[in-house]
Amino acid sequence: MSTQVPEQVEDESSAESVSPGKQKRDAKKRERAERLQEQREAEAAEKARTADDTYHLKVFRYDPEVEGKQEPRFDDFYVPYKQGMTVLDALMWARDHYDSSLTFRHSCRQAICGSDALFVNGSQRLGCKTQLSDLSEPVRVEPLPHADVVKDLVVDMEHFYDQMEAVEPYFQTNSLPDEDEEQRQTRENREKVKMSTRCIWCSACMSSCNIAAGDNEYLGPAAINKAYRFAMDEREGEEMKQRRLEILEQEHGVWRCQTQFSCTEVCPKDIPLTEHIQELKREAIKNNLKFW
Amino acid sequence: MYEHDVIVVGAGGAGLRAAIAAHEEGADVAIVSKLHPVRSHTGAAEGGINAALREGDSWEDHAYDTMKGSDYLGDAPAVETLCKDSPKETIQLEHWGMAFSRDDDGRVSQRPFGGLSFPRTTYAGAETGHQLLHTMYEQLVKRGIKVYDEWHVTRLAVSDEDDPEDRTCHGIVAYDVQTGKIEGFRARNGVILATGGLGQVYDHTTNAVANTGDGVAMAYRAGAPIEDMEFIQFHPTTLPSTGVLITEGVRGEGGILYNKHGERFMFEYGYANNLGELASRDVVSRAELTEVNEGRGIEDEYVHLDMRHLGEERIVDRLENIIHLSEDFEGVNPLEAPMPVKPGQHYAMGGVETDENGETCITGLYAAGECACASVHGGNRLGGNALPELIVFGKRAGHHAAGKDMKTAEITTGKVGDYEPADVESPVQLGEAGLGGDAVADGGERTDGGATADLSGDEVVQRALDDERETIEHLLEKEDGIQHAEIRERVQKSMTQHVNVFREEEALKDALRDIREARELYQDVYVADKSRTFNTDLLQTLETRNILDIAEAITVGALARNEFRGAHWRKEYQERRDEEWLKHTMLSWNDGEPELWYKPVILEGENKTYEPKIRSY
Repeated sequence: MSTQVPEQVEDESSAESVSPGKQKRDAKKRERAERLQEQREAEAAEKARTADDTYHLKVFRYDPEVEGKQEPRFDDFYVPYKQGMTVLDALMWARDHYDSSLTFRHSCRQAICGSDALFVNGSQRLGCKTQLSDLSEPVRVEPLPHADVVKDLVVDMEHFYDQMEAVEPYFQTNSLPDEDEEQRQTRENREKVKMSTRCIWCSACMSSCNIAAGDNEYLGPAAINKAYRFAMDEREGEEMKQRRLEILEQEHGVWRCQTQFSCTEVCPKDIPLTEHIQELKREAIKNNLKFW
Repeated sequence: MYEHDVIVVGAGGAGLRAAIAAHEEGADVAIVSKLHPVRSHTGAAEGGINAALREGDSWEDHAYDTMKGSDYLGDAPAVETLCKDSPKETIQLEHWGMAFSRDDDGRVSQRPFGGLSFPRTTYAGAETGHQLLHTMYEQLVKRGIKVYDEWHVTRLAVSDEDDPEDRTCHGIVAYDVQTGKIEGFRARNGVILATGGLGQVYDHTTNAVANTGDGVAMAYRAGAPIEDMEFIQFHPTTLPSTGVLITEGVRGEGGILYNKHGERFMFEYGYANNLGELASRDVVSRAELTEVNEGRGIEDEYVHLDMRHLGEERIVDRLENIIHLSEDFEGVNPLEAPMPVKPGQHYAMGGVETDENGETCITGLYAAGECACASVHGGNRLGGNALPELIVFGKRAGHHAAGKDMKTAEITTGKVGDYEPADVESPVQLGEAGLGGDAVADGGERTDGGATADLSGDEVVQRALDDERETIEHLLEKEDGIQHAEIRERVQKSMTQHVNVFREEEALKDALRDIREARELYQDVYVADKSRTFNTDLLQTLETRNILDIAEAITVGALARNEFRGAHWRKEYQERRDEEWLKHTMLSWNDGEPELWYKPVILEGENKTYEPKIRSY
């Protein structure tokens, strides 16, 4: 990840042609905008002060190129509480009312895009799915451990993506019906792979895994689960399953897992990750494949 | 400068399908997206994919349902293309391994959905969009297609001939969120916009935070007309506190809506005597709000959606994630209590005007998916028709942009032939604040007064890049002013208050006044975060500009359309007025001074003409 500052671009705009009238209007506009901004900040502080209930957040801050943020620190935010408020809601409120530079990934707000896995009070959780009322104060919000921090709560996801893509994460089969006919799959088999297809690539599991922390080449729970999703899908066929097991029983594959269940505990989609890994180990033995 | 044959902007269902299609045709294709592909909001789609796959069903029936659902504002060539191509494209997804729900015989499951005459909504639990998105991303990885993820596209590089129909799109300018770099991307063949929804124009929406209508706004400012923007679908079942969507599948499976007296109001108050809860979305949304307005809502805000009678086994089998959504985001266990629901902004039927091959009137500029308007959905989209639109039109745009020989489109784009000039009575000036009509094609001020028509493609991209760098540097260098969050919040509140399910003239005019004021405030916007690293403050400030242009377009269309059609309800005009309004509302940016015009709807299909009928369910 590069954090290099790009070269400044020369500002070529000139103010020569601006009429006095326009200057006056601009000044007025600016004044009004400043007034609005001050008003807004004062209102936010007042709201936080008078709310029946405020939540105290301690949020990790870091920016490699901003003075005062190059050394990581924690900032305190006091956010007025509303019934149903989540960690993500609180972060957004703090950003929109106190400090617009507070940075975190988020998009869908409903636990499907997988953008906002965070380290909240010492465990990996999705910010959007974590009710403030379930947490003790102050609520400590940190970026996911075992990943490089880009800025504030944003971590570099490249390593996670690389591992996901290392397991041939796409459907492969040697025989397909005609283009207007679907492959058959039993309800039982669909049920078997169902949980594994729920993964939203949030990387909470990878972040929680001690083995992944110590072995950078370990595929990690999410990637192995992705492989499980295909290996167990009867539509791929037996030949493809063998090939997938070969990928998984390599040195940094399933045998690295020490069944600590941390991934299963933090998975926001309740995927039984450890069980899936164990099942793949059993399959590998059954097939009498070499292992490390 | 980066260079590819085809550049796809956005990586949801339409963008991924377009990229795969272009790749199939041998093009060097790349995706540029402000989110990593798996973060796209296609993943939130729950219900399913309408496709006439089974005996007893036909594409003709699907087309009839779609046209009726559109309230006769869909264009027949686009509607029929959707319905004919959908079965094959749905099976294609299955061949790519998508985990559809299955029947006992092992075939993909289908279920009933609102407004459909046959249970043709093909689904994967209540997470069809998630399965579709991940399946297509897998295919992208398989093909090794290049993705520039977390790059926010800020403008199109389009030449600036007087008539948009003469212009050419040569590429894009994008901002790398991670590093702060601003770069030009040259597209040798074409640019495909697949930027999705615009729900952030409203403050209660099922849409993601990223759905700020970027593609629609960029194409609009580059000169491509935008079509039927006033048609916004409000989904009748969203959770009140967050806007999280509860799929129509709940009603498809037999879920029932009750008011506070426990009355099944869809029937008891005659909103839809035949289909009840499965009437089209606009009908159900208005019914719910009418219940609330007449004092029969719960806590004066919402109604109840009850599915307990379906039994735990069936709910867990077919709608499992609804249990999680309701518990996590509303604190209600739907196996034990009815879920509170109310209408929320859900989908934009309008968008960038395209033909059935995804082409806009600007050469080399395409749009597909929710940001486009072909028009498939007309005045109202049927549930289960958004996902097939992504795969059908994403693919067609990808193929066309890659140079595949395709049948000439029947739909025309741009101001050609049979168009009708129009006017709207706005209480305020519309369009760009602070510009006197001297904007270049893509929105900035003319820097040297010269046209870019004679420049090479590379030079057009370079020019757009230079302008954009200047704009962004200005935002970052400016030390004080107003921050975008204040402006965005004002617009969102005004839109939800004034341009919602129920619309009336004075309220619409109030919204235009609010938007004008917000535009003027935006003249003085600044970005407090000066960092080049992952500057979301800057990103959101750029998005807010798009929100302004789109909010205005929606409101202008709503004010102009003096009738009640599909999702567009007007207090003063309580009827669909076919003699006058079988036409699309078109808005052209016109270098910063928006111009309204109309073009006729096409009701002549391949084998039949769709005669407008009363849309009752």
